[in-house]
Amino acid sequence: MGFGHWDLFRVIRNSTMLLYFFKRLFNLVPLLLGITIISFAVIHLAPGRPAYLKEMDPRISLEAQERLMKLYDLDKPLLKQYLNWLKRVVRLDFGNSFVDGRKVIVRLRERLPITLLINILAMGLIIGIALPVGIISALKPGGLFDKWTTFFVFLGFSLPAFWLALLLMLLLGIKLNWLPISGLRSFDHHQLSFWGRNLDLLKHLILPVSVAAFGGLAGFSRYVRGNMIGVLKQDYIRAAYAQGIDKKRVVYKYALKNALLPLITILGLSIPGLIGGSIIFESIFAIPGMGRLLYNSTMARDYPVIMGGLVIGAVLTLLGNLLADLCYAWADPRIRYE
Amino acid sequence: MIILDVKNLKVYFSRGKKLIKAVDGVSFSIKQGETLGLAGESGSGKTVTALSLTKLISEAKFLGGEVVFKQKDILALASSQLQKIRGKEIAYIFQNPASSLNPVFRIGSQMVEIIMMHQNKSKKEAKSCALKMLQRVGIPDVQKNFESYPHQLSGGMNQRVMIAMALSCQPSLLIADEPTTNLDLTTQAQILELLQKIKHEQNLSLLFITHNLEILKRLVDRLAIMYAAQIVEFGENLFEHPLHPYTQALLSAQPGFEGRSQILKGEVPSPFDFPAGCRFHPRCPFKKAICEQEEPLMQEREKGHFVACHVAENVVK
Amino acid sequence: MNKLILFGISIIAVLVLLAVFAPFISPYNPQAIDVENILSPPNRVHILGTDSLGRDLFSRMLYGTRVSLEVGLVAVSVSLIIGVLLGSLAGYWGGRVDNLIMRFVDIMLCFPTFFLLLAMVAFLRATIFNIMLIIGLTSWMGIARLVRAEVLSIKEKDFVRYAKAMGAGNFKIISRHILPNALPPVLVAAVLGMGGAILTESALSFLGLGVQPPTASWGNILMEGKAVIDIGWWLTLFPGMAILVTVLGYNLLGEGLRK
Repeated sequence: MGFGHWDLFRVIRNSTMLLYFFKRLFNLVPLLLGITIISFAVIHLAPGRPAYLKEMDPRISLEAQERLMKLYDLDKPLLKQYLNWLKRVVRLDFGNSFVDGRKVIVRLRERLPITLLINILAMGLIIGIALPVGIISALKPGGLFDKWTTFFVFLGFSLPAFWLALLLMLLLGIKLNWLPISGLRSFDHHQLSFWGRNLDLLKHLILPVSVAAFGGLAGFSRYVRGNMIGVLKQDYIRAAYAQGIDKKRVVYKYALKNALLPLITILGLSIPGLIGGSIIFESIFAIPGMGRLLYNSTMARDYPVIMGGLVIGAVLTLLGNLLADLCYAWADPRIRYE
Repeated sequence: MIILDVKNLKVYFSRGKKLIKAVDGVSFSIKQGETLGLAGESGSGKTVTALSLTKLISEAKFLGGEVVFKQKDILALASSQLQKIRGKEIAYIFQNPASSLNPVFRIGSQMVEIIMMHQNKSKKEAKSCALKMLQRVGIPDVQKNFESYPHQLSGGMNQRVMIAMALSCQPSLLIADEPTTNLDLTTQAQILELLQKIKHEQNLSLLFITHNLEILKRLVDRLAIMYAAQIVEFGENLFEHPLHPYTQALLSAQPGFEGRSQILKGEVPSPFDFPAGCRFHPRCPFKKAICEQEEPLMQEREKGHFVACHVAENVVK
Repeated sequence: MNKLILFGISIIAVLVLLAVFAPFISPYNPQAIDVENILSPPNRVHILGTDSLGRDLFSRMLYGTRVSLEVGLVAVSVSLIIGVLLGSLAGYWGGRVDNLIMRFVDIMLCFPTFFLLLAMVAFLRATIFNIMLIIGLTSWMGIARLVRAEVLSIKEKDFVRYAKAMGAGNFKIISRHILPNALPPVLVAAVLGMGGAILTESALSFLGLGVQPPTASWGNILMEGKAVIDIGWWLTLFPGMAILVTVLGYNLLGEGLRK
């Protein structure tokens, strides 16, 4: 018995997967267009343009106001303004920064890696903690462990992340002097060995990554718990026990895979919260990432950078969600090619 | 030879501060190669009885009595020993085949896992064994369906897969809990025929649970009737000669019944609060004063025919 | 009424009382600068200490309560108005309207909330009202989805069909028959949303982009406290705890109502 037609089947399945990918990619177009429309609308949020420029903010000089006028064609009709802006945005041309005159996209690009690094590490930390916590509480709902985690989850939902950052800074950084509280490198960074430099970077990352992860921790562990409890009630779990499979295998193989699948989507949905949060922890810990750039630009009313960051942030979220959807389609045999 | 002997089985759950007596003193036995039917309305405790035979009810507050399977007291076994009995010696098939198979694993890999676990077989041997079993239960194109996921098959096909899995380790007892309830009539008939065929081939004992007496009539050697967490009548010729008023009412509701049909009034009592005396007395057309006070005991009224009823004799007349 | 609701309501009630009677309770004028008492730690005269301008922290936090509660209320009202309106439109009319509105929701959800908030702040003047408005403008999507789902299921119910058969107009059906039945889950979302809005406002104010000094808000007290975090721990500890307790109150109430 050959498996020849099976190989063919696999090829067809993989190509439908490819088709699904292109379909999803195509679906992004209206969303991307929507992102640009809303971003454009933000420019016109204040009523009475373009006259509002003059009385808007004493921090903007007359010269800057004129530049703003020119940058967004604020003296032209609305549709024309949008189309001109859109034409440049699709080429990733957000203009030049008011502050240092450099191209916005270049400034964003050099800041992006560190923000992504911290967010990816934070996501890893969230999964690493929330997964076991959620599973253990799901195994005995209402048990001692579950009661305590429920308590901490409640606390976590109510705790301002930036305050936690301050407290950690105060305790671990200032009082105990265990961890650096600002930037990514120590002053003597250049004199350190290769490993010393990495260790230095790692030390600097501990607090920001922990704070970035904190926001998602409570919610994610709740999701894991809820999904796991739901799955453990399913018929196939009872059937697995009835077939003599031991508890460990039932929980960690049969139940876990089913419980984890929907979490891929949740993880995708948590991306905007994570990226948005980078504004807070990057400004607290003085980390030169996209969040801090956006914060500084807002303080300086550096509009081209703000608008560029807004669009790029939304597009990143969109791509993250697409990635999550594709992972889900790949991992779950039931949901495919729809 | 008796293969499974259940004595005074009790399974209680707690819901808040209340105690639910899901199974309350159930006794019966199954012989080698026999098919025993267990019937009763939904909520009478059939499924809980079936599951507790291998201690599959982990959330039970109290589990008492005795379940003796091949000289082993199952309720006293440790979970590692139970795992060697479940699936290998006592196998189950359930009501919803589609949801009883794990949706994220291929049918073949689920089968191979069970076979490798219970029998000392290599992966290759397990696979050929699984393919053979799938063929035996009438799965078409086994090579292809071995690689399928449960959602790609119909309900009837999934139930065939469940049967193949259940029988792949040659168990001596198969417990089928409403295995055809959610299938359409044609498929139902096919599955029943398959069960009959395999039972004879393997000299298997079968505990068949359903609320559908029509099915049982064709299938079983002996029948047990459950009402309100207890067995009220048990024996060989229940269909021809029912003694308990409840059994009579159930049978009279079946199509093809000749004679005066009785329609039961009232509802199944709540498991929080069973009536005192005979649990059936509020609905019994023949009740006497004693029925409200004293719980009737199981008595052998005819050879091999047990009934728990104060008024059974009167009914017979 | 369960324990969670009782606990949540008591926290919020105490805060409301503090906010309403702030002028009577507060021992000092919250704006009064006292150069003699700069950064004094909690003591008998200033029970929570003073800030770097010598202003009484307790008084400032009392007035900060007003800001936080107002922000919660107004921001959630804004998001309720938008969310209920768009959600019921989408759920009731379905088809193209639904498609359009839900795509709009999807797009709004693509924006990292703080990016959007910052961009809006940059183009607007940072008044308390504007802050409340933009928090509302960026947080209505969940409510819209919730209302849509509720409307979708309620509109299939018999009493709605009956009302339609009796000739009730669309507006009447939505406002009289559908929305009142969708209220419980929306109420839960609104209560939880208040906690969220308070957190967002405090973060914005902490970044210096929200409520502007000298008006006191818990967030901007924390911002000023950060500059002196090594010598004035009380300026970091107490306002943060106030935020925590307030948001906890709303979350407890919301969770209690959910059950």
